[in-house]
Amino acid sequence: MNTVNQPIPKIDAQALTTGKGVYTDDLAPANCLIVKVLRSPHAFAKIKSIKTDAALKVNGIECVLTYADMPKIRYTLAGQSYPEPSPYDRYILEDIVRYVGDPVAIVAGRDERTVDKALKMIRVKYELLPPVIDFEQALDNPSVIHPEADYFNNFPIGGDVKRNLLASGGHSGGDLDAVFSSCDIVQEETYYTKANAQAMMETFRTYTYLDHNSRLTVVTSTQVPFHCRRQIARALGLPKSAVRVIKPRIGGGFGAKQTLVSEMFPAVVTMRTGRPAKIVYTRQETFAASNSRHQMRVTVKVGAMKDGTIRALDVYALSNAGAYGEHASTTVGLVGSKSIALYTPEAYRFHYDVVYTNTMAGGAFRGYGATQGCFAVESAINQLADRLGLDPAEIRLKNIPKQGAAMPAYLDGPLSSSRLDECIRRGMEMIGWKEKFGICRSDGKTARGVGMAITMQGSGIANIDTCAATIRLNDNGFYTLFIGATDMGTGCDTILAQMAAETLHCPMERITVDGVDTDHSPFDKGSYASGTTYLTGMAVVKACTELCEKIRRQGALKLGISLSQAAFDGDQVVSTLDPAQAIGLEPLAQQLVVGDGEWLQVTATHSSPVSPPPLMAGFADVEVDLGTGKVRVLDYAAVVDCGTVINPNLATVQAQGGIAQGIGMALYEDIQYNPQGKMLNDSFMQYKIPSRLDLPDIRVEFAPSYEPSGPFGAKSIGEVVINTPSPAIASAIFQATGVICRSLPATPEHILLGMAKKQGGAGA
Amino acid sequence: MKVKIKVNGKLFDKHIPNDMMLIDFLRKYGFYSVKRGCESSNCGLCTVWVDQKPVLSCSYPAARADGHEVTTLEGVLPEAEVFGRVMASMGAEQCGFCSPGFVMAVLALKREIPNPTEEQAREYLAGNLCRCSGYASQMKAVMQYLKEGYQ
Repeated sequence: MNTVNQPIPKIDAQALTTGKGVYTDDLAPANCLIVKVLRSPHAFAKIKSIKTDAALKVNGIECVLTYADMPKIRYTLAGQSYPEPSPYDRYILEDIVRYVGDPVAIVAGRDERTVDKALKMIRVKYELLPPVIDFEQALDNPSVIHPEADYFNNFPIGGDVKRNLLASGGHSGGDLDAVFSSCDIVQEETYYTKANAQAMMETFRTYTYLDHNSRLTVVTSTQVPFHCRRQIARALGLPKSAVRVIKPRIGGGFGAKQTLVSEMFPAVVTMRTGRPAKIVYTRQETFAASNSRHQMRVTVKVGAMKDGTIRALDVYALSNAGAYGEHASTTVGLVGSKSIALYTPEAYRFHYDVVYTNTMAGGAFRGYGATQGCFAVESAINQLADRLGLDPAEIRLKNIPKQGAAMPAYLDGPLSSSRLDECIRRGMEMIGWKEKFGICRSDGKTARGVGMAITMQGSGIANIDTCAATIRLNDNGFYTLFIGATDMGTGCDTILAQMAAETLHCPMERITVDGVDTDHSPFDKGSYASGTTYLTGMAVVKACTELCEKIRRQGALKLGISLSQAAFDGDQVVSTLDPAQAIGLEPLAQQLVVGDGEWLQVTATHSSPVSPPPLMAGFADVEVDLGTGKVRVLDYAAVVDCGTVINPNLATVQAQGGIAQGIGMALYEDIQYNPQGKMLNDSFMQYKIPSRLDLPDIRVEFAPSYEPSGPFGAKSIGEVVINTPSPAIASAIFQATGVICRSLPATPEHILLGMAKKQGGAGA
Repeated sequence: MKVKIKVNGKLFDKHIPNDMMLIDFLRKYGFYSVKRGCESSNCGLCTVWVDQKPVLSCSYPAARADGHEVTTLEGVLPEAEVFGRVMASMGAEQCGFCSPGFVMAVLALKREIPNPTEEQAREYLAGNLCRCSGYASQMKAVMQYLKEGYQ
């Protein structure tokens, strides 16, 4: 292969590394009204009155909007295919506020200073309601967070909103009780994972304007332009044809931008005033008034034999949706389906409840529930190995499904491609597992330990995700690849162009990539669920294959030869019988737009009945300071089977970046609230993400299988990479100190207190 | 108030609000490379130079730059392009939003510490956060670039 599997630099690299103004806020016109939002200081309250007259008198204020000005249309902000499995539980503004940060009023004016002044002059009287902050107290709490009569779901998701129950469900296979009763050992443990902030570097931002046809144009930093268009039209009560969404370069998303966050506010201002409007979220708002990873409690019951054979797995998850239900019923599903399926139990059960609380809504964050499930189930397997006196890596090798195996707990198909066993074996070599595991490595001041975990994700959502691509031969013999997939820094524009170049037998330079503008891009569900490489990639391959055929046909016509005799090698259409009979691509393309020609363009659509899992093994070598409990990750080695690697550089950096976020989740990241529901750590000062001093040189290798249903054998890479650090690091800490971390993050306090308790010391 | 600030060699003689921060001054006059990532001086995205020394422009009053020379990424482009290519050859820029501040910090490091060890480079660049890359490819790019620069 010439371009696929090559470490090609990103096609937008030059613009990005030289600071060109290519992001939303760089492109917004200077005459935009500045939009800001007055937010609730209370976690749960009814608005008794809002006085806006003084604010409206501030010189330069264009409008101050409250719930009284908003359409009474319930909608969801979740960027999912219709019908969304997320409840329609929001108004743009409502007379009830459900978390500290919920919008109360929208103010637009000439500049930031003017708007800030007006915001301070709005007087709101609240009737305070008792908030539900602790998600373990939410179910059947007397405080009902969504009492509204017009709350609705597109289809049943197992909720009972009067009980604060948003969703419930599960699936099972085999006779669980019978298998448990015949196991040598049955272990049950409960784990906690916290809400984490996606913390992409570019905060949420959007600008809007009316075009010459009075259509609302929304330029926004989003992962889901087409879902954006649909939801904005719904929430504002506009026809879908009246909304156009454009996505420029995005400064990271990690799932945060799979929910609409900033879009509605300037949109409503533009519709009200007819003027361009812009909102740029502060970092504080981005932390405290957007969405996060869902906080969860996961109980894992595992039944096994003394030799390490895992025979039964029973997993229950309680998930905290927060105040609104975006992605709540779907993230929780991955907790079980993407963790249990890594083993081959005779019987399994997975069930879950999702509850509302008066905290910021959860949303999508890389890993999307699989991360929480991975921490719980992998930690449980590590603990099981310890109880049985077995090597945790060997227990995996003994129990993982082989390529071709059915995976009953995974609802999206069999294991069509896997080299997970090789991922584990190679990871063991990289970290020095045999030399380090089970060996006490302490100098009295520090202690070291190694730990490991395995994981899987999906590649798109089976039978739901739909992605299209359009490839066009332009009149000069170069191609334009139109995509609706959203490059958010991941490099999907580049890897899709690589696939196009490979299929069209041409160099990368001959392909320009265009996206995304809902007015001319082909439909794509957007970049989430690890679907872009696998699904949009296949659409690209299909479209380019068909375009090759069209070029061949046109070439044959021009040459006056039969189609069976014509070959297209990327540069020319040539007769297989007489090489002298040939027409170059450029003259052919030129002739096709002069006189009786044909403008060659192909759109292909792809979806998949399966979601083949990428697989991975992660190994951590950590050092614990025995005096302070501080943990340092000294080495992290990961081996990934993402099928064929389309771009080794970009895939490696995806993996390193995902592991870094996973290390943050394992050791630092924890969104905390005070008892009144105010977020305590809504800045980078207080919410620590790993810096370059906190991380080792994360080592990544690939063990590529060949996925028959993927483009060039590829599966996905984007999400699977975040999952292994928390269980691997927790296990390494256990080995170093004997302290079990069942609740993330593994803080120095927990470790130190745990060590003190083990020694029977004070403070335990 | 009135300020005279030279940005990338060009004088800006302007009336500004007293409390204007340097980042807002720079973006107002079209230096869009300068990015804001936080408002608590933690992320390093807004790094520019004042008199060749890196500062965080989000917390640096524009008034303080009165009479001084400010350099943004736009002002060091040929040099930045070279480092940019090294970064891109490793896929280290990812979303690119932190790149301008990071590149300014790397070029400042190059001026301040000749032939740094990787540990020194890490320390120097610690204030530049990146959520995409996990830093490994960035550090590889930095060390390769600096090594080539001193050959």
